[in-house]
Amino acid sequence: MADAATPQERRGPPDAALAIELVGISKSFGPVQANKDIHLPVRRGTIHGIVGENGAGKSTLMSILYGFYHADAGEIRINGTPTEIPDSQAAIASGIGMVHQHFMLVEPFTVLENVILGAEDGALLRPSLAKARAELTRLAREYELQVDPDAIVGDLSVGFQQRVEILKALYRHADILILDEPTGVLTPAEADHLFRILKSLRDEGKTIVLITHKLREIMAITDEVSVMRRGEMVRTLATAETSPAELAELMVGRRVLLQVDKKPATPGEVVLEVRDLRMTDRHGVERLKSVSFDLRAGEILGIAGVAGNGQSELLEVLAGIRAASGGTVRFKGKPLDLGSITNADDRRDAGVSHVPEDRHRRGLVMKFQTWENACFGYQHRPEFAGPMGIMDHAAMREDAREKIAKFDIRPPDPELKAANFSGGNQQKIVLAREIESDPDVLLVGQPTRGVDIGAIEFIHQQIVALRDAGKAVLLVSVELDEIQALSDRVIVMFGGAISGERAVDKTDERELGLLMAGIDPAAKGAA
Amino acid sequence: MKPALPRWADLALIPALNLILAFLVAGLVVISIGEDPVKAVRVLIQGSLGSSYGIGFTLYYATTFVFTGLAVAIAFHASLFNIGGEGQAAVGGLGVALACLMFDWPHWTLALPAAILGGALFGGAWAFIPGYLQAKRGSHVVITTIMFNFIASALVVYLLVNVLKVPGSMAPETRNFSEGTFLPFMHEMLGAVGITMSRTPMNLSSILAVLAAFMTWVLIWRTRLGYEIRAFGFSEPAAVYAGINPVKITIVVMVMSGAMAGLMGLNVIMGFQHRMVLDFVGGAGFVGIAVALMGRSHPVGVVLAAILFGILYQGGAELAFEMPKISREMIVVIQALVILFTGALENLVRIPVERLFLMMRSGARQAPGAGE
Repeated sequence: MADAATPQERRGPPDAALAIELVGISKSFGPVQANKDIHLPVRRGTIHGIVGENGAGKSTLMSILYGFYHADAGEIRINGTPTEIPDSQAAIASGIGMVHQHFMLVEPFTVLENVILGAEDGALLRPSLAKARAELTRLAREYELQVDPDAIVGDLSVGFQQRVEILKALYRHADILILDEPTGVLTPAEADHLFRILKSLRDEGKTIVLITHKLREIMAITDEVSVMRRGEMVRTLATAETSPAELAELMVGRRVLLQVDKKPATPGEVVLEVRDLRMTDRHGVERLKSVSFDLRAGEILGIAGVAGNGQSELLEVLAGIRAASGGTVRFKGKPLDLGSITNADDRRDAGVSHVPEDRHRRGLVMKFQTWENACFGYQHRPEFAGPMGIMDHAAMREDAREKIAKFDIRPPDPELKAANFSGGNQQKIVLAREIESDPDVLLVGQPTRGVDIGAIEFIHQQIVALRDAGKAVLLVSVELDEIQALSDRVIVMFGGAISGERAVDKTDERELGLLMAGIDPAAKGAA
Repeated sequence: MKPALPRWADLALIPALNLILAFLVAGLVVISIGEDPVKAVRVLIQGSLGSSYGIGFTLYYATTFVFTGLAVAIAFHASLFNIGGEGQAAVGGLGVALACLMFDWPHWTLALPAAILGGALFGGAWAFIPGYLQAKRGSHVVITTIMFNFIASALVVYLLVNVLKVPGSMAPETRNFSEGTFLPFMHEMLGAVGITMSRTPMNLSSILAVLAAFMTWVLIWRTRLGYEIRAFGFSEPAAVYAGINPVKITIVVMVMSGAMAGLMGLNVIMGFQHRMVLDFVGGAGFVGIAVALMGRSHPVGVVLAAILFGILYQGGAELAFEMPKISREMIVVIQALVILFTGALENLVRIPVERLFLMMRSGARQAPGAGE
């Protein structure tokens, strides 16, 4: 590989200007080599980004650094000193703090209790709590990390919960902070606030390692960036001297189109007419509050919003796997039954197919082989189920082979279980199945979550092709980039209601971001 | 990424290793009471497989365990843990008995369909209630089925003592069935084609059990219902997404499972005892759990595991007879060890074996590259 810099020559004496230096780290799980001779220099007082596709080995590398895994070979140097990190206690002792993608918080505890958890000074809590309270006040002042120390963590928004995680690390005197995909659950405004916090931490001399797949964030906040691909460290660059296109190319190993190539839409008649749709969950919480919109043939309607603002519920009610508590939905003029969780069959028969948000939980049976998954949901169709309810395995295999060929699913083996495919190929299986059923309406949730860049390009092209064939697409995504790239029209949801609707070419990220936080800039201007 | 283990290792090697471990520990137990474990094994094998008499008894027991094992296996595929086989078999046996008592059947070929229907219907009905409660009310089947075992036991006692007992008799059992219901014994059937076999309780039901295993295989791996059952068992949210009604599947699977357990009465009541006696199930419902676990819920595995338990039952009885120091309770300890190692401690062997296979595979892969 020509572009893979060989950092062998850097295996020199320890450099004291480096907060972290990984030298020749290798780790394999059985036959899978997750990390291959990794060299990573992270300079003190910088924000260092690590990018790579899913499965590139970023998380493994950070887990080695944090003591969850032990490297097969190589050396970790912290501030120039070779350091053994057998467990997370040792990592904390070396001044490393980690903010996980999924927070490690005790929800019924207060912020203060969470902060001291595992770092209590003695058997009695009172002195520790008092000390932590004083420390929290100081941190809040210095780094814009304001959180009410007595709030119950479960009541806080995700943005605040994340601050608690950062506070936990700082309370343990972390000088090096690792953040794993920190903005996945944040609104753009919350993400901006997080970045301000990170910058002020850096200016105080802390070192930050940011793991992300969002190139925009890398460009916006990091000083240096390291790119990983298939377990190897491809290159470390100064952020100022690179571009998103170059990073994407390094991640994938070939040129990729970051923009979707699409013609203007030619919307036809209304196929899905949603009126006053309401849904209350079993805890009595209103998840959908009078949602109304139209979906036309030949358009992609994007539903934007921070995760948990009712988009998932909307998608599932439309797909017939969640019951609504009120309102109507008409499909080509005919009302749909919204009262039960077992209407998915009727929807498919009518011509509404659904790529669910969570392919592991819903879209696929992970332990089924691909030929079994390729007709999942369509198993009662006459081409798969013969007389006496005996399934036609030959037809199912043939159908799977066609879908594998058409959607370039790799490896092209219909006998392989879904669990043994990469995220992108799993998603292609679902997409192939739902698009090949020739629907009039395609409901898509998070089509590229956990999918590598190469597959994202392909999936986006398929969705646009479906639109160009005159079908209607409802796209739910928490990735604003994706919504902007694919949709013709955008609806933003906040707190279970529609907070605004925009034509995608007449709006921008800032405006959509405000709508995602429930603020309508247009309405504000009028008032 | 390939699965950690090849299929043959998963299906044959691991159960075999588990079994060897179980017998090693059982051997230690035998030594600790001052008996010779090698002799014990010889008696066990000789008693269960050494003669047509032993084989007949072994397969008679195995037949019972195939029915109860399949019952548990079917439910396992839907991720339902039906531990109520004991009660479902008891009530199913009642159905078999009532079908046999209903008429003075002229010939067993006429009585058999009615008895199958009766056993399946009663056993299925007894499992329907826990199934319904799970599907509609979320009451866990593990709790409800085990409670239903006690209710079934009390119900059968009540009926045998107060309703079905022969007037004037002291024994809590039904009257003898008419001869037209007797299923042919295996020694009779083999005798008809010129093969001599000792008189044993083994009867036509053994063939029915093999048939039931085949039907179960067709159901689970060939029909749409089986496809939906497995999808539901692997992931309920995915099943709902695919338009599969979880309420319906739960109830249907429980009823089928109960019906299969209920058919056990064909072997014991219709095939051998020719009347319904108290406690005719005798723990077979619980052995079915071990059989399904050890057979990895596959019909072939269930049949093999059922034969193994048949050997333990028959050979164990011989052992208790031949070596008085090894009591009946000792045999139960050995059976429990087998269940422990094949069911509960399965990962004890699985994880090291998986590691071994991974090492061998990566070793084989690296070897050609070593010369580079």
